[in-house]
Amino acid sequence: MSTKTKTQATGARTGADRGTDGSRPATNVPAAAVGRESGGRVFLSKLGSAFAMFRNRKSVAGLAILAFFVLIAIFADVLAPFSPTQVDNTARFQPPSAEHWLGTTHIGEDVLSQVIHGTRGVVVVGFLAALIATTIAITVGVISGYVSGWKSEGLSALTNVFLVIPGLPLIIIVAAMFEDPPLWVIAAVLGLIGWAWGARVLRAQTMSLRNRDFIQAARANGEPLRRIITIEMLPNLMALIAASFVGTVTAAILGLTTLSYIGVIPVTTYNWGTILNWASAQGAFQQNQWWWYLPPGLCIAIIGVALSLINFGIDEYVNPRLRSAGERARAMKKKGLDVNEPVTAVRPEMDGLAAHPTPAPADKGTE
Amino acid sequence: MTGVQPQLAELDTDALEVGTTATSADGGRARVPWRYLGRRAAFYLFTLWAAITINFFLRRMMKGDAVSQYLSRNRNVSPEAADALRTLLGLDSDKSLLEQYLDYWVLLAQGDLGISLLHGLRPVTEVVSGALPWTIGLVGVATIFSFAIGTVGGAVVGWRRGSRADALIPITTFLSTIPYFWLGLLAIAVFSVNLGWFPIGKAYGVGMRPGWNAEFIGQVLHHGALPIATIVVASLGGWMLGMRNMMLTVLDEDYITVAQAKGMPNQRVLWGYAARNAVLPQIQSFALSIGFIVGGSIVMEMVFSYPGIGKLLLDATNAKDYALMQGVFLVITISVLVANILADIVYAFLDPRTRQAGV
Repeated sequence: MSTKTKTQATGARTGADRGTDGSRPATNVPAAAVGRESGGRVFLSKLGSAFAMFRNRKSVAGLAILAFFVLIAIFADVLAPFSPTQVDNTARFQPPSAEHWLGTTHIGEDVLSQVIHGTRGVVVVGFLAALIATTIAITVGVISGYVSGWKSEGLSALTNVFLVIPGLPLIIIVAAMFEDPPLWVIAAVLGLIGWAWGARVLRAQTMSLRNRDFIQAARANGEPLRRIITIEMLPNLMALIAASFVGTVTAAILGLTTLSYIGVIPVTTYNWGTILNWASAQGAFQQNQWWWYLPPGLCIAIIGVALSLINFGIDEYVNPRLRSAGERARAMKKKGLDVNEPVTAVRPEMDGLAAHPTPAPADKGTE
Repeated sequence: MTGVQPQLAELDTDALEVGTTATSADGGRARVPWRYLGRRAAFYLFTLWAAITINFFLRRMMKGDAVSQYLSRNRNVSPEAADALRTLLGLDSDKSLLEQYLDYWVLLAQGDLGISLLHGLRPVTEVVSGALPWTIGLVGVATIFSFAIGTVGGAVVGWRRGSRADALIPITTFLSTIPYFWLGLLAIAVFSVNLGWFPIGKAYGVGMRPGWNAEFIGQVLHHGALPIATIVVASLGGWMLGMRNMMLTVLDEDYITVAQAKGMPNQRVLWGYAARNAVLPQIQSFALSIGFIVGGSIVMEMVFSYPGIGKLLLDATNAKDYALMQGVFLVITISVLVANILADIVYAFLDPRTRQAGV
């Protein structure tokens, strides 16, 4: 643990690629396992440190909420009090009651059961799309970061094309081509559209790793490319991979519910977007039938919050300054100091730089 | 370094001359960054080609036949007229794929995007250009608001790290995880239906005649207020979080310490030094997120039934009007590319390194 925190700090300090790789400020992952001791214990500890980004309060809270929804999705049949499509003409537009906890729809379907069953589609599509997207992102990102020359540039250009082309209109047009697209097709399309961001971030990080000493040493030892990438590099990319996975799940869930709401996806498979589609079409928003339109929207928001909590945790692990800045400022405040007070910020060894007042001398890159 | 010059538009150089003279005052030997601009120009041309090619193949992959659909709705069209329609829409498959592809490029070069079956056989370009100003106006204003508020807010939150302002970050993030269409529908339910402050959807009142008079402009502003407000609320979080995270990194840099040690006023350190550097990645993510913003506008236009280009696309999709769908997609892609080029120019302005890369 102690070595990990140390490398973390140095990892964030180097910052060589910050200016050039683009908009994500923190692409420096600790070079956790520089030494090459042998034995399974080392592998286990490597595996442990590969998932260290989840060991903080924010990530754990997010993972707990996510696990809750996954459990609901798995046990939907047991949990739902009614079938989501069970019509009851005697109970239309009913507000919440003891029998129908979240009221009923325009044809007497139980909203709670619809929400519970709707979880399934959202969770399945979210994870499947993110799996596809992350696989492509790792392949393209790591290869284009590791190789050099026109191959690298070409893959990078491909990534940027996918970043620039507007995704949602393309999905709408592609989805319109299918008469009745099954869920896995939707997931595949969402995944194929959503991989570019992750690939871009991974490429930048791989490029900065490529020239680090431990990779150079592995290459000098004559290790095969496969081993260099899987054993030496991937553990150091785990935090970014996790972050891009979580980001894609969020995007896929928003994409799925939006497409369902628009009505591009058939309304026969229930998910939270479809419920909102029906609610909107039946005028629930105009007639204040809040029990119909609030729960599915809140569920999307809560799962979104859970995913961004996980990402906050990963961000703070990757870039410790995000966490320490606030803590340090609060600690100083307790002592009666202000973090923005110039006097407290003076460091004696900084004299030489004072003659350099140009606005942007920082993150100079490697030139 | 010289081979790329012909690709540059004159406009770019104008904007950059201004930027370079600004730094030459600092004493730096700055030049126009031909290399950087050339690479960007090549990239945009490549993307444009890719988008147009995707567009071409989309039509070939489509199953249904727009003309049959149209005929089933309009019985009084003669078979000859139907054949002519197919030719116009590029649906006749006598030619080889390559020939079709070349024809497609020729038609594009002439500015011919085909005709829209949905809108009474009017040219697609005409239909699209009628809808485009609404989208660009509304989404543009909303995006600029959101970017400005988020970036300034993020700078302040980053500067006051550890204070109560930190709470803004989770709040705005929560707002941006809410699906946009739901937020829009809620806003309509609360502000239009229950409170009656704003009209429900549309760009202007029924029976209004578009024109440059005070009444019409007032109507447009009144109708646009709710969509703009919801877009700003939904997208604020991303800008604020990005700027705040970058500020925390920049504030740790030595030149900030030096600036403060020199006794420079805090306001100047904050805006002239810290925010000035932290905003650069923001501009880059701005360029990259334009595609998402445009995608979001489709949903906005559906929720508010706003007569923009997104509504056009959805209507075209429902009616299987392929020519219109493709035209809209092409126009959306080109708008995104133009916005990206603008963001690149702004970036070259703000970041002296892109200008001095060749020195």
